Amino acid sequence: MTLLKMKFNQQRRVRLAQGLWLMSWVAVMCGAFIFCLGVYLKTELLRRAEVMDNTEIHIVPNILMMVGLASIGTNWVATRVCQDSLDASRFPRWKVLLLAWFAVAALLCCLLLAVVVLSYALQGRLEESLKEGLRNGIRFYKDTDVPGRCFQKETIDHLQMEFRCCGNNNFKDWFEVQWVSNRYLDFTSQEVKDRFRSNVDRRYLLDGVPFSCCNPASPRPCLQYHLTDNAAHFNYDYHAEELNLYNRGCRRALIDYYMGLMNSTGPGVLSVILIQMTVLLSLRFLQTAVEGAMALENPEDESEGYILEKGVKETFEDVKAMVLSMLKFAQVDASEVQPAAEDPEKADETTEKAASPTPASS
Amino acid sequence: MALMVVKFDLKKRVKLAQTVWFMYWFAVLAGILVLSLGLFFKVELRKRSELMDNNESHFLPNLLIFMGLIACGINAFGGKVCYDSLDPTKFVKWKPMLKPFLAFCVVFNALLFVTALLCFVMRIPLQFTLAEGLRNGMKFYKDTDTPGRCYMKRTLDLMQMEFRCCGNDNYRDWFEIQWVSNRYLDFSAKEVKDRIGSNVDGQYLMDGVPFSCCNPGSPRPCIQLQMTNNSAHYSYDHYTEELNVWKRGCRDALLSYYGGIMNTIGALVVLVTMLEVAVTVGLQYVNSSLSTLANPEDIESESEGYLLEKTVKETFTDVMAKMKAMGKGGKVEEGGEEAVATVS
Repeated sequence: MTLLKMKFNQQRRVRLAQGLWLMSWVAVMCGAFIFCLGVYLKTELLRRAEVMDNTEIHIVPNILMMVGLASIGTNWVATRVCQDSLDASRFPRWKVLLLAWFAVAALLCCLLLAVVVLSYALQGRLEESLKEGLRNGIRFYKDTDVPGRCFQKETIDHLQMEFRCCGNNNFKDWFEVQWVSNRYLDFTSQEVKDRFRSNVDRRYLLDGVPFSCCNPASPRPCLQYHLTDNAAHFNYDYHAEELNLYNRGCRRALIDYYMGLMNSTGPGVLSVILIQMTVLLSLRFLQTAVEGAMALENPEDESEGYILEKGVKETFEDVKAMVLSMLKFAQVDASEVQPAAEDPEKADETTEKAASPTPASS
Repeated sequence: MALMVVKFDLKKRVKLAQTVWFMYWFAVLAGILVLSLGLFFKVELRKRSELMDNNESHFLPNLLIFMGLIACGINAFGGKVCYDSLDPTKFVKWKPMLKPFLAFCVVFNALLFVTALLCFVMRIPLQFTLAEGLRNGMKFYKDTDTPGRCYMKRTLDLMQMEFRCCGNDNYRDWFEIQWVSNRYLDFSAKEVKDRIGSNVDGQYLMDGVPFSCCNPGSPRPCIQLQMTNNSAHYSYDHYTEELNVWKRGCRDALLSYYGGIMNTIGALVVLVTMLEVAVTVGLQYVNSSLSTLANPEDIESESEGYLLEKTVKETFTDVMAKMKAMGKGGKVEEGGEEAVATVS
């Protein structure tokens, strides 16, 4: 029982070929779109590579770029096939290639689906990576004189200002780290000595945050230092103050940003998958219809187009049998060598057996 | 003696008409470009109109939008005329309109060139508007509780962070105004009373700047307050400290930003003007080549195309005479009426 059989007369075949040619060019544009999407995502991830600990999330844009390029090539081949499909002399040379084309197109659709799934599944890994990267960034904030880390301060400051966030989880992360370099601390002063002695690791900890945490929307000039001390500032209550600093943590801000990017590309990718599937199915119809027409006595007559010659189950059994026979063929080749070695012996035996009775009979 | 005569046969005429038609479509796109440049500039001015006291002149972007719209219109019309010029029956209905249309095109091109010049020149009034606006803006920084001015602080902070600048000319402008609101000053404290008493206007002045002046590229945490007091901070010399706060004034920063936009727009409008002149010349040739057919019945006959029917001097005197005649025609009519009135 053939799957989805449809009748095609000459006019319908021509229309199908033309429509498919146009659709294939649309699919080429979609491939280019997917590639550009991958490039954009990758540059966005690379821009903040300094606050990310690992690059696992980069698999999403990498797959997008690969699939985009492959899709451009595949769909361009489809346009060539469409152009040749109505010319009986040129179409047969595509016969062998088409099987491979269907496999590649199906693979591309699967990869795009995998990308959509991955972009949700890797959220947890991205969060871990950002947590570690931001933690290191905050730790190394003060090391503006250490080669390799001297730009951490600028990076973190720009990040906090651009994403309107402060610290890893919230601004209190800055209270636990020494973010003032020792070069700018007066070790003779009593205050500095007190602070150093107040903790086990002998770090200069203070209840203050860098200026990049300041919220411009606050009605009062920014309070950066002595944040927990209500008496240090006039008309200030630490627990009620909401607008002074950014309330959001940078990890949440970055996750929201990247998830937003990937979510907004979701519908685009899904529609590209749809277009690719349409091209695949239409090309199968065109192939079977044109091949059917070429086999007829009058090529202009009606022919049938279908997706699969037999039902899904039967096609699956056929494919399995073919694969097994290919494997068996390989096995048979190996086992044929041995019987060939044994055969001369067997042949000798039979000739001997044939030879031995003859003296008896004669 | 006609100016810049070129001989045309049918093939050449067809090619000319096709080329000019093609160029007219580019000119339509150029008109859309001018329109969008005007809109972009208007939006940019609107975005920061608070910093310019809402006083900024929208003359230039409005002019660009207007010229863009007219350019689109006349270029579309010109393209249609060129398309029809290959068909004598269709061309006949456009023929009487062409001469005034071409004159209008010449005037329009001159205006477009003037617009391009304006783009370069309008920088100067903008400079004064910016200086005035920023000075006033800084005065209202502390007024976050006054309706109508409560967003000035946020606007200024965001602007200083985005353009990497501080104050009007430099960061010292902040020393001369009170930028801390009275609501957050403890009037019972001695320090506050001293500062308020130290100047004539009774303002809380300090040698400090808002946090938005801080430079993230500085190796040390930002020093915002007590900036002129070297002993207040360890290992600090305010004369040699360069990276702590932004050194540039916001007037310079904004002016170079807007100046860049205006220079780019001016250059693009000059290019559009050149394109417009080219299509006007092309249309003049199409018109003249179709008017001077050797044999008016036979469209395949040869013809001559010219830029001006007579020389520049003669054309100029003709135009002046025509304008005088129009002026005199009005006068003659008035004189005739008076004469009639006196007679009766």
